[in-house]
Amino acid sequence: MSDQDQGDDGDIPMMQKLLDNPFLLLFIGVASPAVLYLGWGLMEIVTIPAR
Amino acid sequence: MMVNNSFRTCPDTGLKFFSSAENLIKANAVAGVVFLLIGGMFGLLVGLTRWQAVHLLGAEDFYMVLTAHGLNVLIFWMIFFEIAILYFCSSVLLGCRLATPRWAWVGFGLMVIGAVMNNVIVLQGNSSVMMTSYVPLEAHPLFYLSLILFAVGALIGSFVFFGTLVVAKAEKTYEGSVPLVTFGAITAAIIAVFTIVSGAIVLIPTLLWSVGLVGEIDVLAYRMIWWAFGHSSQQINVAAHVSVWYAIIAILFGAKPLSEKVSRTAFLMYILFLQLASVHHLLVDPGLSSNFKMFNTSYAMYLAVMASMVHGLTVPGSMEAAQRARGHNAGLFTWLRKAPWGNPAFSGMFISLVGFGFLGGITGVVMGAEQINILIHNTLYVPGHFHATVVLGSTLAFMALAYWLVPVLFRRELIWKGLAKWQPYVFGLGMTGVSLFLMGAGTLGVPRRHWDIGFAGTGGITHEFPAAAYTMLALNGMSVILAVAGGAAFCLIMVGTILFGKKLGNDEPMAEPCIVAPVTDEEYAANGGSAFAIPGTIVLALVFFVSFALYYFINWKYLAETWGIG
Repeated sequence: MSDQDQGDDGDIPMMQKLLDNPFLLLFIGVASPAVLYLGWGLMEIVTIPAR
Repeated sequence: MMVNNSFRTCPDTGLKFFSSAENLIKANAVAGVVFLLIGGMFGLLVGLTRWQAVHLLGAEDFYMVLTAHGLNVLIFWMIFFEIAILYFCSSVLLGCRLATPRWAWVGFGLMVIGAVMNNVIVLQGNSSVMMTSYVPLEAHPLFYLSLILFAVGALIGSFVFFGTLVVAKAEKTYEGSVPLVTFGAITAAIIAVFTIVSGAIVLIPTLLWSVGLVGEIDVLAYRMIWWAFGHSSQQINVAAHVSVWYAIIAILFGAKPLSEKVSRTAFLMYILFLQLASVHHLLVDPGLSSNFKMFNTSYAMYLAVMASMVHGLTVPGSMEAAQRARGHNAGLFTWLRKAPWGNPAFSGMFISLVGFGFLGGITGVVMGAEQINILIHNTLYVPGHFHATVVLGSTLAFMALAYWLVPVLFRRELIWKGLAKWQPYVFGLGMTGVSLFLMGAGTLGVPRRHWDIGFAGTGGITHEFPAAAYTMLALNGMSVILAVAGGAAFCLIMVGTILFGKKLGNDEPMAEPCIVAPVTDEEYAANGGSAFAIPGTIVLALVFFVSFALYYFINWKYLAETWGIG
């Protein structure tokens, strides 16, 4: 049932390496919304033309 | 420094409980239940005030109580219990000591100080700014300080969790990848870090503004950053309660996930996209472009929704596969009929799953579509939606886990088993009513934040809501009473079990076994031949999709009638 199978040559697939690295996931999980939500949103707000 | 490495092996589950982790799990879980009880009582007052025929509180008391209700149940109860889950999923499931338990206690202490201070300040009546505390509404400086202290404590707890993962890896207490339930907890902790950092970014300047050290806070920027904190904090709950679903089907059915790869990928989609859903609160804000709004909601958010649908399929699917492997193989739904419906750990989990998917999930998509969001934006539909996700979904899932965890953790037999059997149904029915009737009132245009839909004392607002809106709020009030009765029963059972439950010796097993042996590959192969033969779950999924599509298009039709074209 569990299909955490590895390649025939015993190498760990890249995707599994990503999923097994909590600190890389932490970086992605903070950077992604920081850029797409906070960064993008703040850029839009600060570029609103002054009256 | 001395490290306390003493542990006990649970005679019922075989899990290792290190004393440092065990005490912290107990402390956080108990604190969570205390704040749930407090917040639930405030919820009763809110519901009885919204019921226009009762209209219990005056305006000032209503906003004070609403502020306290939101913070106690949406923040304090949830995050205390989630920290308990993080420590359980790291130290206990990985069989290792907790990293830096002293720091964990410091974090717990800060959370307690923050939560107590917040309640005291709010109940003094000069910080009735509601949970969102939008500027330029100004609260007492200690209101912001209390939330910052709580957030710092929770951040410390999150990093203790990550440190414990390092300890487990270094001490080789597990092989290969961490269990799926722990992976779900990692997802929750990652979202927690982003959430808490966002909270610090918005609350620290607001604290300085409240004491006069900062001249002005930009209203639009505040709202945007606050929702990175306010909405993401509810996404911690989603990741945590999905982990709880997986844990409960493994505990009660010995079920393995249909596919670890698929479930982990779904959690990865949460990590990438779930927090972007915060934008749905800003869909009518000026100054933010449609590109920003629609990318984050109608594109990125839908990938997170897809992840939830994956979990919504694999959790009952894994359970069905396990039940069929154990012989409940007849027809479409024998596996479901033969489930332990009298066990509150199961019934709570399953009601949480159905309620979260059908009520919380589908309505969340409606709120995330910029066009149809306008139908219900800032109406009572929004609290209706999040009572379905956070209360019916997360709170009921946490209650379900507690029915299993508290006896195991405290070595006490559960008390009042008859009441416990009914509690998830009472609470689930009440909260389903709350969600549906609030959403019904919201669809009729009732605003989410107004104390009185008759607009008494507003000096000239004469809008008349249809009579159905008043009926919805009355039905909501009755549902609140039912839900609070169910919630109070849960708190009594938990506190009663801890204080008065029959005490078990360290090696004495419980009267009834509390964990089922994992289904073996041979069992999966012997009954039906495939773990992927889940026809009953597929039928349930089709019912879900039809409901989803119908409700989605009904809203577009409703929009077309609201704003006729041509």
